[in-house]
Parts: sequence; structure tokens; C-alpha cells
Amino acid sequence: MMGHILETLSSRDMARGPFEGKQTSTADSHWAHWWFERDSDDVAWLILDKKDASANVLSEAVLKELGEIVTELENKTPKGVVVRSVKASGFCMGADISEFSELSSETEVVDKLTDAHRVVDRFEALSCPTVAVIHGSCLGGGLELALACHYRLAVPGAKLGFPEIQLGLHPGLGGTERLTRLVDPIEAMTVMLTGKTAGHGKAKKLGMVDQIVEERHVAAAVKAAISGDIEPGDNGMRGRVLSTRPARQLEARQMGSQSAKKAPSQHYPAPEALIELWEQFGGESDEAMRRAEITSFAKLMMTETSRNLVRVFHLRETMKGLTRTKADPVRHVHVVGAGEMGADIAGWCAVRGLDVTLFDMEADKLAQAVKKLSDLCEKKHRTAAERRDILDRLTPDFANQGVGRADLVIEAVPEKVELKQKVYEEVEPRLKEGAILATNTSSIPLETLREKVSDPSRLIGLHFFNPVALMPLVEVVSHDKASDKVLDRGRGFVGQIDRLPAPVATAPGFLVNRALTPYLVEAMIMLDEGIPAESIDAVAEDFGMPMGPIELADQVGLDICLSVADMLRDRLDTAMPPAPDWLRQKVEDGKLGKKTGEGLYQWKKGKADKKDPSGGAPDDALDRLILPMLNACMACLREQVIEDEATVDGAMIFGTGFAPFRGGPMNYACKRGFENIRESLDKLAKAHGDRFQPDDGWH
Amino acid sequence: MAQHQAKKTRRSPKPASHNQGRKVYLVDGARTPFLKAKGRPGPFSPVDLSVQCGRPLLLRQPMPADAFDQVILGCVNVVSSEMNPARVAALRLGMGEAMPAFTVQINCGSGMQSIDTAYKYIRDGDSDLILAGGTEALSHAPMVLKTEAVEWLAGLNAASSPQDYVRQLASFGPGQFKPEISLAKGLTDPIVGLSMGQTAEILAKQFNISREQADEYAVSSHQRLARAQKEGWLDGEVVPAISPEGELFQNDDGVRSDTSTEALAKLKAAFEPPYGQVTPGNSSQVTDGASWVILASEEAVKKYGLKPKAVLVDSHWSALDPEIMGLGPVLTSTALLKRHKAGLNDIDLWEINEAFAAQVLACVRAWEDPEFCKEALGLDQAMGTLEAERLNVDGGAVAIGHPVGTSGNRIVLHLMNALQRKGLKRGIATECIGGGQSGAMLIEAV
Repeated sequence: MMGHILETLSSRDMARGPFEGKQTSTADSHWAHWWFERDSDDVAWLILDKKDASANVLSEAVLKELGEIVTELENKTPKGVVVRSVKASGFCMGADISEFSELSSETEVVDKLTDAHRVVDRFEALSCPTVAVIHGSCLGGGLELALACHYRLAVPGAKLGFPEIQLGLHPGLGGTERLTRLVDPIEAMTVMLTGKTAGHGKAKKLGMVDQIVEERHVAAAVKAAISGDIEPGDNGMRGRVLSTRPARQLEARQMGSQSAKKAPSQHYPAPEALIELWEQFGGESDEAMRRAEITSFAKLMMTETSRNLVRVFHLRETMKGLTRTKADPVRHVHVVGAGEMGADIAGWCAVRGLDVTLFDMEADKLAQAVKKLSDLCEKKHRTAAERRDILDRLTPDFANQGVGRADLVIEAVPEKVELKQKVYEEVEPRLKEGAILATNTSSIPLETLREKVSDPSRLIGLHFFNPVALMPLVEVVSHDKASDKVLDRGRGFVGQIDRLPAPVATAPGFLVNRALTPYLVEAMIMLDEGIPAESIDAVAEDFGMPMGPIELADQVGLDICLSVADMLRDRLDTAMPPAPDWLRQKVEDGKLGKKTGEGLYQWKKGKADKKDPSGGAPDDALDRLILPMLNACMACLREQVIEDEATVDGAMIFGTGFAPFRGGPMNYACKRGFENIRESLDKLAKAHGDRFQPDDGWH
Repeated sequence: MAQHQAKKTRRSPKPASHNQGRKVYLVDGARTPFLKAKGRPGPFSPVDLSVQCGRPLLLRQPMPADAFDQVILGCVNVVSSEMNPARVAALRLGMGEAMPAFTVQINCGSGMQSIDTAYKYIRDGDSDLILAGGTEALSHAPMVLKTEAVEWLAGLNAASSPQDYVRQLASFGPGQFKPEISLAKGLTDPIVGLSMGQTAEILAKQFNISREQADEYAVSSHQRLARAQKEGWLDGEVVPAISPEGELFQNDDGVRSDTSTEALAKLKAAFEPPYGQVTPGNSSQVTDGASWVILASEEAVKKYGLKPKAVLVDSHWSALDPEIMGLGPVLTSTALLKRHKAGLNDIDLWEINEAFAAQVLACVRAWEDPEFCKEALGLDQAMGTLEAERLNVDGGAVAIGHPVGTSGNRIVLHLMNALQRKGLKRGIATECIGGGQSGAMLIEAV
């Protein structure tokens, strides 16, 4: 909450040394991306303000200018140097990833990085004290620049981290060496291996920053740092103990086996490369480690994995771009139905700062929803005050009174046409002007649902995935009567709650369920053939899926899988085999999977109780699982359910966790070649039946 | 001595009609279920409670939450993390950073004081729309250290040298750390040194209320509340509350529909054993709960298309000796009746807060007592008999509970709803206030 008086004042308060009170550098400045001036105490202020950008990145041009500034500083050393950013988004987001894609060989990468290293090394070697003032995001290359300073001051709210690992890389601008030298090397490696950002408090605890300073005290803290009144951090005991290679070897082995569990090295080579780098050089030879870092980084950058992960990064950015619309933001969301999805959608909206009302006829369900949200806050380590505010924002609505207040009403009642239509009949007359009516249906065509809606232009689908707090995707479902304005606002809302939209047209199962179902059904058939569940799952997991299809079916709920499969079989003229009788029996017996403690697996404490895969799976098992999924993706493209291959890949990665390092199903299909896919499907069709009939789109 | 002083300084009579200003409407209101304190802090703090019932109340209004001019909240036991609970509640209810809010405290009258203050702001033209409430989490009433213990701790902190520290440490006596239960302390009158239960014992004796009569009254209170719950008469007035742990509270949980005079007869006197007659069974219950009422001017009613339920016609406050504080309603209500030239049974419904069964019965008995009415109230004769079917028709604090800062608000809220339900016109809500005071409000259904 910020009232207009506080808002009026809030732009005033960023310390900017000699530029105090100025919004931009002098017009005739020599530099495009930096403000550079000495104050009356001869302290040089370097303010990063990348031209025409809302956030700073360390592009080649930015580094080149920094090099020139460093030359000036070398020629006439000031009393001290301050580096900071004036962007609201933070210090610096890291390297310019789009420049990466232009490099086509390891040598090119090495050359580019060597130049960049030279600038940062020279900056570090300045003989006067240097201070980085960090607010907001300070990631990757940005953090590496900050690490080259003598002091780091963090303004509360700062987030520091090395997300490179998520791009199949490790830090490449001296970060591997400087961070393991600065802080406890084990902690440093954890930061780099997990890619998780550390908030200002954690960063201080780890020693990544020397002091946490409120913005209003930044000028004073800078002065203190330059006068030597701030004690710099120290990497402590462990740093000294681990300064010999044999000592590091033991730790490295442990790290290796831990990270392999999360990201097997055959698919994700970066963690192993990073561990090797540290094991070989950590704490012994700074320069050699930095040189080796360049080589290792260049090698990783040329891997298929990294290329694909960078692609995923761009997919994410593209999907985020879809949320930037001119539509009015949604302030109040009203959710009808406090079942598992409704409760989670409402809770997540409250976490993301929206006012939420959640209606259900059953008060108990509302109580459960509050508890779930409370648990989510706990899981996300929210403070007691944050939890209170989040819970306050979710109003349990016992009488459906939130309808008239809402900018968006999301219907999340059970998948029954009459039930949903009844909700619309009750809700629609009470909607605020311009409010959106959305359905979270996963299987019912919007053409059917809109029959009872008098103004179908305001009805869209917003299809969330379970669990909402973890799955970034929302399918934004259109139909031929939906208005563009409503769809724009719907996508904008998806962005407001930090999810990624995949625009799809109404069609059975939209994209994700339609693609996922044949994969799950095939897994059931394999079970029927006597292949052990664990072996089936292992095949998919080896391919890079976050979990195998059997476990996934249990997680989603066998009842839901069954109803989606039945619906697809009814509505699509593909040869999908009927669900096995034993599956129906299980659903009837209430053995629905994770939520009931038993499904295809037994579930204990939220985990599937898996035996070691006993029997192997047949050689064609992987194709049998994956190709039907690809086939469905192709059908969706051909039928224009979804616009392009990139959106298919984004949707499948962010909606199902499809092996990200493969860049998505269509990217994988392209790599294998459409011809190959078609032939493989033909082969499977001959061996196993018509369900593998290749889609026409492969031609 | 107190009586003599009172006589000497008797205030001049009030003007015939108090209300010379704008019309003030009671629009709507809601409260939480009242939750019996179970020996440990309940799931809600005072502000939590006010948020639980405030959110659904604001949600069902046609105007946005920031349309109000101010928020006034009564609360006696404020917890240290929620100083000025009114403002904390206003912010947590999403009423905007620009919402003035203050807390009022007049002990058991706090929740009615908030309505009265709001009433006067609107009547005098200073405000148009006010949210006025009461909240109390008696289960959270803190344990406090004795002053000696606090001083000892301060001494430790201020120790100037290690020797001094040791000296301070050695001055410790274990008795200092025996915590004082602030609730027990709060329910004891500091001037006369009597617990509230003892003041009820005095009234029982003065007006000849028997233990059996008090117990009978208590049973009827439970039965009336149970019936109101069952018939759905409290729907909308009581809104469910949900704790962060997902516990759902839908009804006042102190009600005992199956209680009987036989069962109550077994209870021992709580305040003056063994001969006393005030027991936990015929006293109000110690509970947590919050309540809000929305007050609006004619302008606000028109502007937002509100559908008011009642008009707040008049209010009155009186005070008397702390040891007979329970008789306060007789004073305040008589003043209102005189001003409006009405008799007891010209008022369709009465809410007299049930601090103690014997205390409510004493009030009724006082009006029947010609001597008391002449001497104490300055009437020509006895006021008359207040018909039992007009009084606390859906039960009272003996069954519902008495979160002290809330009750005054609750009885106005319920009176408004009960008048509307029964299609009746005039009602008085009144309460006794620990310390020897009383408040009363005369309302008329719209």
C-alpha cells in the first residue's frame, strides 16, 4: 500500500553523489550508459544507466565504456570510487543474453570474455577504495562487477545471485573465483550451483555484502567505507581449510553427487564443470582460476543444453511480453469454488498482492483454503507480518458477495457443464462493468459454456496448473466471440500474478492436457503390458522429465486424468484406446493418487513410494511415451489451437516441466527432424496400433 | 461519602430532546461468533477479530471501503502489538492509508461509546459515514509482571559495573516474579476493591434476587440464544471466522441449549464462597469477539443508495457508585424514557447487557420498587414491570459471552436486527459498565 503523499516523496531519495537532484547525466556526457563525475571530496561516482533500457545489463558497449572510465581513473586516481545504478529495477540484471546467441564458436566467446575480464580486473586493481551500492536485482555479471569492488553496501530489498546455472552456464566474469575467495567457499558454491538469489539479509550473513544500509544513509555509508571505517568481510575458517586441493576434493565429490540428483550431468554439464573448476583452483590461484573460468564458460556456452536453456529464457521473456498490455490492471479477483484449484488460485492471487474473495457453498472448504494459504506462506518463508497481510487479502466469502466488487471472476467449480452454467447465470448480471468472467475449465469447450452467458465477449478461459504456486503456466483460452480487450486484460492479469500466459484457442484439452494425455495413457498401456511403473517412470526421467508419467498421473489425480482422457476420446477423432478397466475401478474405489494417499503408487508424506526399477523397459519405450505427446502438439499447431512452435515449447516447459534442456517438444522434434518423427511414429503404429498414426503436420 | 458528594454536585437536568441535529442511521453491522476463552490465547488478536467480521461487512456494502470518513473502535485490553487497534484494523481492512481511526475505552461500554461518538460526529455534521465497532480478545489479556519485578529488571539493565550488577541480581525475591493476571485485575474495581462478581452479589442482596431466580434467568438466556441460532435469526449478524490454521468458527460457542436449573444449581459461588450466589453459570462468559456497526447520514444514505435498518434517536450516559455498577442501566434508560415521555413497555424491545443474571434482574426489580424509584430516580412512583418477553429476546451475555469492549456494540447491532425481524419500532440497548457507569441508546427501526 502506498498513498499519494508517500508516492510523491518516494522519487526523491536515491543518493547519487555529485548528481544529486539530477534525473539524467549532463547532455554532453562522453558516455552513453554511465554517469561519471567526481564530487567535492574527489570521490568518483559511476552511475550505471544503460541507455534506452528499463534495466541495466552488462552489454559489450557498457563494458567498453567502463574500460575507458577505468583508464581515466588509473590516470588520476580519486580518493574513492562508488558504483551504483539509478534504475528502479536494481543494480544490474547480468550479461546481455541476446549477445550470447550471436557467438558461434568457443574462440569467439573466449575473446569476448577475455576483453571483459581485463576491464573488471583493472577496475579491481584500482589503488583507491571502491564501493558498490546495491539496490534491487544484482545478478550474474552485475554481481561479478560488484564483487570486484572492495566494499558492497546493500539497500534493503537487494537480491544478489548467480542464475547462470539455469542457462546451462556458470559465472563467467570472474565470479567463480571472486565469490569463492570472498565468502565461505561451500556457501559460494551453493549460491552458484543452485542459482538461487539471496536477499539482503542472507547476502549479509554469507558475507557477500559488508553492510545493509537504508537508502537514506547511503551517502554516509559510502563516506565511511572510503575512509576505511567499515570492516570488510572475511571468508572465515572454511576458506582457509579448503585452500588445498585434497581438502577440496572431498567436498567436491559431495557437491557433485548432490547436484547430479537434481540435474544429471549428462543433461546438465554446468554444475560438474563449476565444481571441477573450484576443485582444481579454488583459493589457490586467483588468476589461473579466472583464466580457466573463461575456457570452461566458453565450452558450456557451445553445448546444446546451454543453447536450449537460453532459448527457454527467451521463451519466458516472450511470454512475459504477452502480459504487457494497455488493459487496466485487475485489483480484485473473485473466485467461485474453493476446491483444490479454486483455493490455490485465490491464495496465489493474494500472495501476489491482489484483493481476493473466495466463495464456496461449503464453509469448511473456505477454512481449508485459508489453511493452505497459511501453509504456503510458511513454505515461502514469509514473515509473520507478510503472512498476516496475505491472509487479510483473501476474504472467505460465504455468500458470493465479492462478485460485484471484482474486476475478474474466476469460476473453478467441478467440471460439469450445468454447474458451471448455473454459476454464470448467477454471476453475470452482478458483474461490474468491464469485468471479466473466466473459467478454469480444463476440458469443456468455451462454445458450450458460453451458451448461458448473455455477453460471451467477456468470457475467457484461464486454465491454471496444479500446484498453482509452482507451475508458471496459465493457458489463456479464447473463442471466436471473446473480445480482444478482455483477452488482453486476461493476459495482463496473468502477468500481474507472475505467471506466464500461453494463448490458446478453445479446443478439447487446449494444448497442455491434449499433449499430456496420450503420454499418460500410453504409460497406462505399458503398465497393462506388465512393465513396472518404476521402469516406465525411469525412462521418462532419463529423458529429462521432472517426473515420470505414472507419478505424474498420481500427482494430477487419476480421476482428473480419466475424465480428461474420456473427454478427449469423445471429442477428438484420433484413435485413443479406452482407459483400462482397472483404472476406472481405482477411481471408483477412491484411490485417486497423491491426494488420497494411494493411486498407482502408495504415497507417504507426499512422496511416491518407489521401488528400484526391477525389470527394464522395452527399447521403444521412450518413443512410445514421447512421440504421442509430440504428435498431439503438432495436431494443435495444425489446427491452430496454438500459434507457433515457440509457444508450444514454452507452454509445455512451463506447464508440464518438459525437459527444459531439450528446449521444448517442438525444438526436440526439429532436432530429430520431422521426417524422423513421422517414420518413428509409423513404425510404432505398425507395432502397436493406430494410436501412433503420425499427424498430417509432420509432412 | 460517595452518595453525599453525588447529591451536592448533581448536574442540572438535561434538555428535553437531546437530538438536535442531523438524522443518524444505523445501516448494517456484523460480528464474529463469540468464542469462549479456553485458558490459553485464542486464535485471534483483538484486531484479527475485527478484521474477521469487518471484511464481510464491508464486502456487502455498495460503497467502497475507503468511502468512510473515519473508524472508531472500542477495545479495553489492547495488546502491545496493536496499539490503537482502530487504525490497525482500518488499514488491515483495506480502508486506505488516509483513513483516520481512533480507539475508545470506557471499559464495558467501549463498543457502545464508539457508536455514540460516531453518532455525534454525524449528527453534528462533521462526518457522513463511520464504521464503529468494539473488539476484545479476553483470552489474550496479558500476564503482567508486578511493578517490583519491572523495577528489578530495569535495575539490572542500568547496572553501572559488574559489582553493581551482582548487587542488583542479589536483590531478587521470588515473589516479585509471580505474574499478575491482568484479566483478573481488570475485573476488579480499583476504587472499592471489589470484583465485578461481588458487585452483583451486592445487588442480589439489595433487591432480593435468589440464586434460583438467577439460575432460571441464565437457563432462559441459553435457550433463547439456542433458538435464535437454530432459527437462523443471527444469519448475517454473526459471520463465520476462520483462523490461519483453518479452524472454522460459525457460532457463539458458549451456548448450552441443554443446561437446566438443576445443572446450574450444582455450581459453587465463584466470588464469595461459600454463601454467595453468583456462579460461572449465572454470569456472563469470558469470551473473544468483535462487532461493527455502520452509521450514516442522510446524505451518505442517498449517495450510496444504502438501506438503513434503524435511526439512532438518542443516547445517554450516567454514573453511580462503583460497588453497584450493575444498576447503571436503570439510570441511563430512565433518563431516555423521561426525555421521550415513554414508559418501560412503550419500548418494543430491550437489550440489557447480561453482565450477571442477578444484575439484570436487579435492574428490573429496581423499576418495580416504588421507594427506589422515588428516592433514587426522582420519580413519583414505581416505573413498572418490564415484560420479560421484551427483554433480551434472543439471549444475552450469559449465553453469548461478554467480550467487554465488544458487548455494547453487539447489543445495539442485535437490537437493530431484532426490531427489523419482528417488525417492531422502538428499542433500547443499555449496559452496565465496570467502574460504575452506564450507557443507553434509543433506536427506531426504519
